[in-house]
Amino acid sequence: MVNVLVCVKRVPDSSSQVVLTPDNQAVDGRHAGFTVSSHEECAIELAVRLAEATGGLATVLTLGPAEATEQLRSALAVGCGAAVHIEADGVAFGPADVAREIAAVVRSHEAEGRGHDLVLLGNDASDTGDFQVGIRLAYALGLPVVNGVSTLEVADGVVSAHVDGPDGPETYSVPTPMVATVLEGGVEPRYPTLKGRIGAKKVELETRSAATQPAGAHRVRLRLPPPAPTTVEILGEGPEAAPSVVDLFEKLGIR
Amino acid sequence: MILLWLECDANGVTEISLETVAFARSLSAAGGGIVIRAALFGDVPEAARDQLAAHGVDEVHHVTGSAYDAYSGAAWASALQDIRERTTCVVVAAAGSPRGNEVIAHLAARLDVPMAANVLSFSGLAPFEVTRQVAGGSALEDMRLPRRPALFTVAGHSWTATPADQRTTPVWHEESPAVAEADLIARVSARGEAKEDSSGALTSSRVVVGAGRGAGGPNGFGGVMELAEMLDGALGVSRVVTSLGWRPHHEQIGQTGSRISPELYIPCGISGAIQHWAGCSSSKTILAINTDAEAPMVTKAHYAVIGDMHEVVPAIVAELKRRAV
Amino acid sequence: MAEVPGHARVVVIGAGIVGNSLVHHLARLGWRDIVQIDKGPLPNPGGSTGHASNFIFLTDHSREITDLTLDSVAQYKEMGVFTQSGGFEVARTEERMEELRRRMSSARAWGIEAELVSPEFVQEKVPFLDSDQIIGAFWQPGVGVVDSLRAGTIMRERALELGALTTVPNVEVTGLDVEDGRITHVRTDKGDIETKYVVIACGVWSPKIGDMAGVSIPLTPAVHQMISVGPCPQLAEREGEISFPIVRDMDTFCYERQHGADMEVGSYAHRAILMEPEDIPTIDQAKLSPTELPFTSDDFDPQLEQAYELMPDLLGAEGAEIRYAINGLLSLTCDGSPILGESQVKGLWTAAAVWVKEGPGVGRAVAEWMTQGWSEIDLAHSDISRFHGHQKRREHTRLRTTESFIKTYGIIHPAEQYESDRNQRKSPMHESQEKLGAFFYETAGWERPHWYESNAPLLDQYGDAVMPREHDWDSRWWSPIINAEHLRMREAAGVVDLTAFQVFDIEGPGALESVQQTCVAQCDAAVGKVIYTPVLDANGGFRSDLTVMRLGDERFRVVTGGAHGASDQQWFSDHLVGEATLTGRTDEISTIGLWGPRARDILASLTDADVSDEGFPMLTCREITLTAGGGATVLASRISYVGELGWELYVAMDDAAAVWDALLETGVTHGTVPVGIGVYGTTGRIEKGYRAYGFELDAERTIVEAGMQRPRVKAAEFVGRDAYLAQRAETPKAVLCTLTVEDHRSTSGMKRYMLGGEPILTRDGATLTDGHGHHPYVTTAGSAPSLGKHVLLAYLPPEQAEIGTELAVSYMEELYPVVVRSVDATALFDPANERMH
Repeated sequence: MVNVLVCVKRVPDSSSQVVLTPDNQAVDGRHAGFTVSSHEECAIELAVRLAEATGGLATVLTLGPAEATEQLRSALAVGCGAAVHIEADGVAFGPADVAREIAAVVRSHEAEGRGHDLVLLGNDASDTGDFQVGIRLAYALGLPVVNGVSTLEVADGVVSAHVDGPDGPETYSVPTPMVATVLEGGVEPRYPTLKGRIGAKKVELETRSAATQPAGAHRVRLRLPPPAPTTVEILGEGPEAAPSVVDLFEKLGIR
Repeated sequence: MILLWLECDANGVTEISLETVAFARSLSAAGGGIVIRAALFGDVPEAARDQLAAHGVDEVHHVTGSAYDAYSGAAWASALQDIRERTTCVVVAAAGSPRGNEVIAHLAARLDVPMAANVLSFSGLAPFEVTRQVAGGSALEDMRLPRRPALFTVAGHSWTATPADQRTTPVWHEESPAVAEADLIARVSARGEAKEDSSGALTSSRVVVGAGRGAGGPNGFGGVMELAEMLDGALGVSRVVTSLGWRPHHEQIGQTGSRISPELYIPCGISGAIQHWAGCSSSKTILAINTDAEAPMVTKAHYAVIGDMHEVVPAIVAELKRRAV
Repeated sequence: MAEVPGHARVVVIGAGIVGNSLVHHLARLGWRDIVQIDKGPLPNPGGSTGHASNFIFLTDHSREITDLTLDSVAQYKEMGVFTQSGGFEVARTEERMEELRRRMSSARAWGIEAELVSPEFVQEKVPFLDSDQIIGAFWQPGVGVVDSLRAGTIMRERALELGALTTVPNVEVTGLDVEDGRITHVRTDKGDIETKYVVIACGVWSPKIGDMAGVSIPLTPAVHQMISVGPCPQLAEREGEISFPIVRDMDTFCYERQHGADMEVGSYAHRAILMEPEDIPTIDQAKLSPTELPFTSDDFDPQLEQAYELMPDLLGAEGAEIRYAINGLLSLTCDGSPILGESQVKGLWTAAAVWVKEGPGVGRAVAEWMTQGWSEIDLAHSDISRFHGHQKRREHTRLRTTESFIKTYGIIHPAEQYESDRNQRKSPMHESQEKLGAFFYETAGWERPHWYESNAPLLDQYGDAVMPREHDWDSRWWSPIINAEHLRMREAAGVVDLTAFQVFDIEGPGALESVQQTCVAQCDAAVGKVIYTPVLDANGGFRSDLTVMRLGDERFRVVTGGAHGASDQQWFSDHLVGEATLTGRTDEISTIGLWGPRARDILASLTDADVSDEGFPMLTCREITLTAGGGATVLASRISYVGELGWELYVAMDDAAAVWDALLETGVTHGTVPVGIGVYGTTGRIEKGYRAYGFELDAERTIVEAGMQRPRVKAAEFVGRDAYLAQRAETPKAVLCTLTVEDHRSTSGMKRYMLGGEPILTRDGATLTDGHGHHPYVTTAGSAPSLGKHVLLAYLPPEQAEIGTELAVSYMEELYPVVVRSVDATALFDPANERMH
């Protein structure tokens, strides 16, 4: 029975043009909508699979505004069994702040006798891209951490975490409890079912407030890069353009 | 002093690590010629020694020993921490590669100081302010690093890995700092063979042929694969293609896939959503093939052919064959 | 990048279903140099058409919308993009079953194949539906789905083949130039186009474009939520896009529509989620498309359970997942009708707030209207000129659509009034009327008393003569007090507030010619004459019927109903000749009606003027000064819409309250009471067989069919004259008749009273068909308390148009016997009009 905590962040959907909030402190999801990063979708999928395979529980956690419960419900709809909402203005929380808040929840659950064998996070958030919350969390909890995990199994209290490393596949064998950050690609996240969605509505959320004052993200402002002026040269239309294309290859020294 | 964590592959120091060295030289110059130290772990190919000299590294800390044979983020960061303390470096940086981000994050956690990932440039030394990529490269963040040491990684392909104006003769330190047992718990315990079709080919190829929704289905990739093969290139795809299950994930180019910087990228039937652009914008030359002349991929490209990829690509293949005869 | 042509005859802005249909029909009708632009790419530029669920239910209670839908289906079929699936509207409650019976009435009236069926019938065709959840259904076998994007491409291609069209996608409109009230240029980011005509057909963006020319297109983008669940094995095993009928779960405001292996569940049950057109994301900012916004799951969650209840095995099937969910934007208007026609800027047309089910029909009708001045299907209810000032405010649209959104699948009583944004226009007597317990209806923003609770004591006096109604539905938005007021007016007199009348003056050189060429009746009459006249379109269909007073040689006052007043004023304005000017007087002049046998006595006691029959004959008007009510001078007009002696008094707004009070005070001794519009608009009118525009009269009806022809046609030219002359030479294809209901008892024993819209059948329930191929239906239904009868007006086939013909009216799927009592304009009450003298 493996109890997994999977931590997600409400972020603006990144598949469209970025719009900034008026105070230039965050990306605005007004038009594109909000989601969790694809790394976190995979982390949820891994957590749910582990819980299903072992009769355990996948608990989803987020730190964010009231609206972030939408992301918790989405995770509940695909199989998480419990949810924790640390209600806070996420923009004011830097990576170290978020790690500290998650650590406080983990310790509190531990103290209540419902500790987590495994804490999963995304490799990096698709908005702020800090690449560090999972690692900071591990240090805050004094636990080992593996980064960039594609898939993992748990057997006899040992996690086998698989990472697509720079020189090929790698496996880490680490005893529980431990922390892992997940990189997209190892598993295909499922969509919610109608019944899952109906069930998600009925789960009572564990709502908490932040344990400490945030130190902040040291952000001065966000900016949009200037749009690159289009200088495209149209080589032609349809198959007739093929000779011009090959001329270009030759000019570029390709072949 | 600046301490850099650099990565090597079989050919020497990796391209993006050398880009980081270039960034560091600029920072050094701004600070009146600050000493640049480099930390390298494990096997270092002979070529790397010359590269380090050519690129202006002043001192090298080469870390070896059984504790470092297998990768462990915590252990490597522990060694880096040890070197930093001994050398009192005020800046520690690495390339914004998966491992670079990981090692610097470990160090940041150990020292409890902020870290900036994927930095593009710096704009001031006191306070030390950097600009970094966020939202997959589609937005920039101006960020302060008020504490010492300042920790950051340098965004791939944001600097050019040009050699220094003056070669150095790096002072070489062989090291094997002690590591706590706890830092060795999470270390690579087994390795598999690198798969031939892993994303390595995609990120290292001089030519990448991309295909998107315009492929039309899982059977729509024959033409682009043939073109990639003829150009000795790799096939890359957009996120929608992997989401629909038409091609495997490791072929995905984009914010959550591979980031490429080939000599020539040929996106076919890819509209060019931000997500995708984040992964291909470093390409030296982009030739877009698309039915829609207004598609972002076309307007951002250097060259374009307006037309259906299923007609244009076979025509290019035929032309290549004709000229090869 | 592509540039736009520098000149065009017409620029169509929008390449959704409406714009595409328009370019096709304009080309087909002979127009050339058509330029179509859209800010998005083809074939799906990102508007509402691109995410439409694309199914078509045929029956609407509105004839106009139904006809547009039927024409659209015919066009979709001809293009080969229609797949017939059949469709159910299922009922979970008895109240809904009653509404479905009303739907049957409408289906019969509009000639649509339909039947009421049992839950078992539904389950046989939709085996995965849990029939225990429903008690019956309304089945229309002709329901189906269309490929609206493909249809759009086909229609554009047809215009291209005629060499009539240039379509340029990815062009954004940046401005519209207007000179001397006429559109001259469309400015775009790809160059400017000089043009005589522009059609704004860009759906949710239309208000933004309209604003560029100072034209209000009062629609609001609103969210309709939809999710797609699949793959469902029950659906996957069938080939093609749709093989099961579409189910509208009316009581939960949801629909379930198969799309291949997926089931789309759409909802109109959520809160109204409205947007401003300016806040719609650009194509680049949007994740899917500008009109497919991020799904807000909280709003949809309650519908999931209801949908699951209805189709548990399908929606709960192994592997069936929610893979696509959107907040889709569509266009809503304050009254639910589209916004079509030429704006106050000449040459600037709109075709917006149109659903996929009406798109091709609207395209055809608007193209006809543009090219020939009228359309085969009457578009009066959708005419952009219908909006009064208060309706052009965005706030009004927001408030009304917020109220009406939840009624998309609602049960709406034909007389139901809006609650939001009321009290926009109040007559000077409003305060007095509130004290009298007026029950207010709204017309053109005016609050109009429909009846007065202060008259409740009359109920005892008249007893059963007020024809009380037992059934809740029949008596909703109604009161027997209306009939009591009617009887008192016939007995003594009544005072009616008619402030909502639209009043405008036409003056100056050319005024006579302007009025003459717009009106059928001879307006070159003596100064002081009151002229009742139809107004026709070029095809000889009714544009309106109204009253003209000749106040001087070149000075006329036009008085028309408030509901259609804005359109009438626009029509006259469009037909001004010479130096004539049109001045709106509605906000300056209040109208008070005084009718009944004691009307002369009352007026005589308030003025020294001669109000005798000889001194102030019928159909004349002149100014008189009152001795009471502040001594106001009023324009009195001897006319009646209720069949009694009396006057309409045109009073300055400032004087109206005092005149109103004086009439009531003086009237008390004569037994006079305030009388509401229930009498003026229905009971008084139908006893006299008076026709009303919007009920009996519309652009698809002729003077001859309405039985309103006069012996001679004036020699002067007027719009529709040729058509009218031709109509007079032909045998009418339908005849407007007055019928009475002979027995009101239903099978349950309860007496039922028709409200209008019901089909007229033979006594044994067989369908009747007139010379147009239409089926007769009730245009007005109401009490005739002086006759003790419930009276119906209907156009019948000529064979049935004989006094004494015994027929039946179908009401809530039961037949009630009716008899034809009049086959022309002859009144059932006081046919010789003796009471008016």
